Amino acid sequence: MATMTIPAVKAAPTPMTVALKEAGMTAFVVFMLSFLMIGFESQATQGQPLGYVTRFGATAWGILLVPLGRIALVLDRYGQSMPSLIGGGLAFLYLAGGAVIALAFDVLVIPFNDYFGAAAGASGIPMPFADPIVDAIFGLGALYIVAMAIQTRRRAAHGELTLEERETKEERSSIRAKRLSLVLGPTLLVVAFVLPLTPLADRSLIGTLTLILTYVMLGWGLNIVVGLAGLLDLGYVAFYAVGAYTYAKLSLDLHLSFWASLPLAGMFAAFFGVMLGFPVLRLRGDYLAIVTLGFGEMVRIILINWQSFTGGPAGIGGIEKITFFGVPFERNPAEGTQSFHTLFGLEFSVMHRIVFLYYLILVLALVTNLFTIRLRRLPIGRAWEALREDETACRALGINPRNTKLTAFAMGAMFAGFAGSFFAVKQFFISPESFTFIESAVILAIVVLGGMGSQVGVALAAILLIGLPEVMRELSLYRMLAFGAVMILIMLWRPKGLLAHREPTILLHRGNGKPKKMGARA
Amino acid sequence: MNATAPDMAPQTTGSLLEVEHLTMRFGGLVAIDDVAFVAREREITGIIGPNGAGKTTLFNCITGFYKPTVGRLTLYSAGRPAFLLEQMAGYVIGQKARVARTFQNIRLFAGMSVLENLMVAQHNKLMLASGYTVLGLFGLPNYRRAEKAALEKAVYWLERVGLTDYADLSAGNLPYGAQRRLEISRAMCTDPVLLCLDEPAAGLNPRESAELNQLLMSIRDEFGIGLLLIEHDMSVVMGISDHIVVLDYGKKISDGTPAEVQRDPAVIRAYLGEEEKE
Repeated sequence: MATMTIPAVKAAPTPMTVALKEAGMTAFVVFMLSFLMIGFESQATQGQPLGYVTRFGATAWGILLVPLGRIALVLDRYGQSMPSLIGGGLAFLYLAGGAVIALAFDVLVIPFNDYFGAAAGASGIPMPFADPIVDAIFGLGALYIVAMAIQTRRRAAHGELTLEERETKEERSSIRAKRLSLVLGPTLLVVAFVLPLTPLADRSLIGTLTLILTYVMLGWGLNIVVGLAGLLDLGYVAFYAVGAYTYAKLSLDLHLSFWASLPLAGMFAAFFGVMLGFPVLRLRGDYLAIVTLGFGEMVRIILINWQSFTGGPAGIGGIEKITFFGVPFERNPAEGTQSFHTLFGLEFSVMHRIVFLYYLILVLALVTNLFTIRLRRLPIGRAWEALREDETACRALGINPRNTKLTAFAMGAMFAGFAGSFFAVKQFFISPESFTFIESAVILAIVVLGGMGSQVGVALAAILLIGLPEVMRELSLYRMLAFGAVMILIMLWRPKGLLAHREPTILLHRGNGKPKKMGARA
Repeated sequence: MNATAPDMAPQTTGSLLEVEHLTMRFGGLVAIDDVAFVAREREITGIIGPNGAGKTTLFNCITGFYKPTVGRLTLYSAGRPAFLLEQMAGYVIGQKARVARTFQNIRLFAGMSVLENLMVAQHNKLMLASGYTVLGLFGLPNYRRAEKAALEKAVYWLERVGLTDYADLSAGNLPYGAQRRLEISRAMCTDPVLLCLDEPAAGLNPRESAELNQLLMSIRDEFGIGLLLIEHDMSVVMGISDHIVVLDYGKKISDGTPAEVQRDPAVIRAYLGEEEKE
């Protein structure tokens, strides 16, 4: 009789074996990544060849801690959340707590020690890394593990969300975003108008707010192109540059005032928008992004190399300062002319000009906002959004995709041109260095993090992304790291942006809130 | 069998679309090979054929998504000059010649509301009324009137296809059958003279399919426009078409009334295969 061979069924690996295997891989990856970069620190001492010190201790801690976290995550994936909860919790308390105490010591005790000539040192708690900030980052990693474990436990208690539940959850978050925008919008507006009048407003605060508002305006302008028309533009800063240089040249060569140059700069930038628009009409998505990126760089490189016209890398200085509708902000006005403070009978103060600039950008930004809101409700705005949703369907409906795209580029570019003129009149010095790719990236990040198409969201994102680095100057070296972490956290927490909510441009059932339930056919 | 064909549809109707010598080649592949037929006003012209027969390619040629390799497509409509569709750029066919279409895989503006979908369809009219945005920015009464009229038309179509309650929801959240109906009403909002429907009954249940038949016939009778219909569902095609064109491997193999086509041995051969010789 022939013996039947039964194919051996591979036993399913136990969670622990999977976890150990993955932990081994993770340890290897950590080793490869950190051995050279963290294990050795180069040291340059004057008069000596470049030396190094080893930091194998830190590497070893990394190789120990990261795989432990991996094991916790894998076990968690298999529903065993207890180890991650306890282990992660303890690790978080130890790492983050130790870091906080160490930082507190740094701030409170060390100056004291320094004063008395005692040795500066740590808090006495043995910590894995020399720098409390690194400890704190590992502590945050542990916190993430704890959060995952809590989520697993909650899911085990309530069961998975059904599709419908998830949909209502999404709907709820959209409604929450709408309510939040309705409250936040007017609040921010009032704060923006009143803040400079309060005693809080010093020169640096107004300066930061002016910077934020510039980016709010740029974000709203780019929102037309990216948020409404769905055209990914990575070279938006080019139009900002065009606006700035237009004003600089007009004021220096033709002696036009800011108020006369402003519309011209906007028009000229819009013209550049159309110029960019034509070659990229057929491109979509990634391809469009690449070409716009190239366009942005082209403009910058022309500004650097066209020495005779743009001043090259040295830029243009001595640009005409802002005037109060023709009345200058001068301490000593020329004989027979008025200055702002003499006109209003005030004591001269540099703050006058700074506050005026602040209100100017506030008004410019609000004009951008009102214009966008209005355009959205007009046929052109609806066509932009339709184009974002489905270009093929637009063609079938007889919508001219070329004109629709070009107007979106032109409108977006025009507002960047206004903002550029403002930048030039505020700084009275411009150079190509202010218009690098990173600026485009930051503006795009503001639009995306804010929630594509959401006006209040863009304002909020600008406050976060521009204001936060200013506030976080304390963190010095870790500033950009923290900045990146904030961006990642926002995207994890709100993948569609801070305030992702789209209000239809026209409503049939006004006011009565929720439409009837699906399935209740008329 | 053709019991539902109403008698009120006038039998003598002028030709609306004349397709002559239409050939579409993609490299070496001949997707459509010298096809000619006529679609008339106030008639539903069904286009059937096995998979890969070239039906959707034919639609793409008529609606300007493809430029035919050879051939002439002439659109006649009352009170307007004839349009040579093969010479017009994609969107101009929708804008000037007023040929509207729907798609095999529904193409709605999913993130926009149902009502907005119908407003976008009236873009060209509204664009003109808004003075290409400039006048509309100031909310002039002329534009407001035009927008009100557009809204009324949209509401009419919403009621017509039973979507009034869903007006403010995003189109992408609608059930499948409702999305089909919305796509048809969106096409109708462009005031077409010829409506091209690419498999409108695909994925519909029998009840929805029957409702669709009623809708298409009422569009034909009330608006007096021509309909061009690609459909696999024979109960739909045979039930409502006045005239059927059968394609197979890019060639027209039959052309006539539903009854004639059903009897045609060439059609039977294409659908059921060659009869075995005894």
